[in-house]
Amino acid sequence: MSEIILEAQHISKSFHDPVTIKVLNDISFTINKGEFVSITGKSGCGKSTLLYILSTMDTDYEGDLLIDKQSMKNKKEADLARLRNEKIGFVFQFHYLLNEFSVLQNVMLPGLKLNKYSEQEVEHRAMEHLKTLDIQKLYSKKANQLSGGEKQRVAIARALINDPYIIMGDEPTGNLDKKNSEIVFEIFKQLCDEHNQTLMIVTHDQSFSKKTNRIIEMEDGKIISQ
Amino acid sequence: MNYKLIISIARSLLLARWKQTLVAAIGVTFSITMFITLLSFMTGLNDLLDGLILNRSPHVRLYNEIKPNKIQPINFSKDYINYHNFIHSIKSTNSREEIYNNGSIMEALKNDNRVLGFAPKLTAQVFFNEGSININGLINGVDIIAESELFFFNDYLISGKELDLKNVSNSIVLGKGLAEKLLANVGDVIQITTSQGEIFPLKVVGLFQSGLQEIDKLQSYASIGTTQKILGKSKNHITDIQIKLKDITQAPAIAKEYAQLFQTDAEDIQTASSQFETGSSVRTIISYSVGITLLVVAGFGIYNILNMMIYEKMDSIAILKATGFSGKDVNMIFLVIALSIGFFGGFGGLFFGFILSSVIDQIPFNTAALPTITTYPINYNPVFYIIGSFFSLVTTYLAGWFPARKASKVDPVIIIRGK
Repeated sequence: MSEIILEAQHISKSFHDPVTIKVLNDISFTINKGEFVSITGKSGCGKSTLLYILSTMDTDYEGDLLIDKQSMKNKKEADLARLRNEKIGFVFQFHYLLNEFSVLQNVMLPGLKLNKYSEQEVEHRAMEHLKTLDIQKLYSKKANQLSGGEKQRVAIARALINDPYIIMGDEPTGNLDKKNSEIVFEIFKQLCDEHNQTLMIVTHDQSFSKKTNRIIEMEDGKIISQ
Repeated sequence: MNYKLIISIARSLLLARWKQTLVAAIGVTFSITMFITLLSFMTGLNDLLDGLILNRSPHVRLYNEIKPNKIQPINFSKDYINYHNFIHSIKSTNSREEIYNNGSIMEALKNDNRVLGFAPKLTAQVFFNEGSININGLINGVDIIAESELFFFNDYLISGKELDLKNVSNSIVLGKGLAEKLLANVGDVIQITTSQGEIFPLKVVGLFQSGLQEIDKLQSYASIGTTQKILGKSKNHITDIQIKLKDITQAPAIAKEYAQLFQTDAEDIQTASSQFETGSSVRTIISYSVGITLLVVAGFGIYNILNMMIYEKMDSIAILKATGFSGKDVNMIFLVIALSIGFFGGFGGLFFGFILSSVIDQIPFNTAALPTITTYPINYNPVFYIIGSFFSLVTTYLAGWFPARKASKVDPVIIIRGK
């Protein structure tokens, strides 16, 4: 019914230091457009490792990864960087904003890097996103003057700036209190429902994952249910 | 690549740590300042010392050496042509000291476009009479206009006017040391005895101080005509032709050529004053090496600061990479940081270097040896400024290269996982 955004084909990964441990074992699944997927599992089950492979940042794995029907194998670092810039939005557990820049500049950076729109347009779009997330008042503040919940919302706005195919989150609520976690979840939910945005969130927060459309559960490097 | 974005990111990173940036830039500024000052001062001194000798020396000097004839009568003998002849006590022939046919030689030099100019000269050994004492001395007969133009005669004249030598008949410019011995001043008339025993009055029209006491005590200048009169020689008696070339490096080759062409002896400046050139080139090498050492030290400072900055900014680098900046972009950001430290630091260094050299240029420096010099000599050669700015960029580029490469290799996964 809907198009496939991301497809993992038999992905395996081992760490070799100090002894060889297989962290991911033959992972295969697909994510369709508009899905709100959560990947859950206990600590150390390999869910974060999987996310970094799916995000193209980690290229040391076996199997294949298709994003937008293109294979990610054998792509150059610069091409992967461009692809991340254009098609993937990130939200991390530790908000990872650049403290040297204002909120608005943080949101604009990936947009300026993509260089698809003029600076004025990127700025306008960034302000729109900040408005949607109800933090437009903070636009001129430095990133380190914000609270945790506010930072995470800025990070979401940054993830949205280039209209990505998919937003990936690595424990985006892991560092937030209950109230802020709910706000962030509501934002994700809203993005999914109203803008048909594809989301893939790694979390061990059961209350968060239960509310998503689809849960991929992992244990010991394997998918045990999806 | 989006340079505008990269530069703006580099700028924000720099300004966020403006104190560190300032320290790094001051390091560059300081070394460039010292580089410029040192070279300007050293070269100024070099020029001054070289000028003492080299300015007054002709690049090529044509003259006739008094020496025994190469072809002795025995060589004409057919009987002994295949023998090796030992002849002792050969005397120099009574050859003429003057340069033969000097009129046409000078005509030829005038038409030679490698020649900047030339000044004919002749010398006369005389005694200066001071009461009953005769002081040994030398009169150089010179063409004062050519001499001033080519050998900066004016710089050494401490009183009187050089043109009077030409305009006043039987006039003389005395060395300062000589004048003191003779108790003579400008306007006085002194007596000399020529080597032929004639007594000759001369009017003092000026005093000179060359910086070399030996010369000042012994030498004096008169016009060519006056000297010819003293020697009792004809109007075409010239013993030396001093030539200045447009390119001093050609002097040895041209000297050889002229020796053959004009059938005279010819001496080039490289042979005559080789020790001065060695001295100045060694001094130049020393100043350059000190200057470049300063820059290299500043380069290590920048290297350190950039390395620290990269450790501090690991998170930022990781997030830039995660959001789509490639290793090359990150590399560029840090190179821009390094180069802008080099650019602004270097620019400041050029400015302060100029200021400091100007200050040194104002410090009084009076020495009896150098009458025209009143302050420390400074050479404001723009080449130093070009080299300084070039080196500041090169060292900062190299200092930034390794840290930038390290930053470009940062693996965002390791940083993000590591939290």
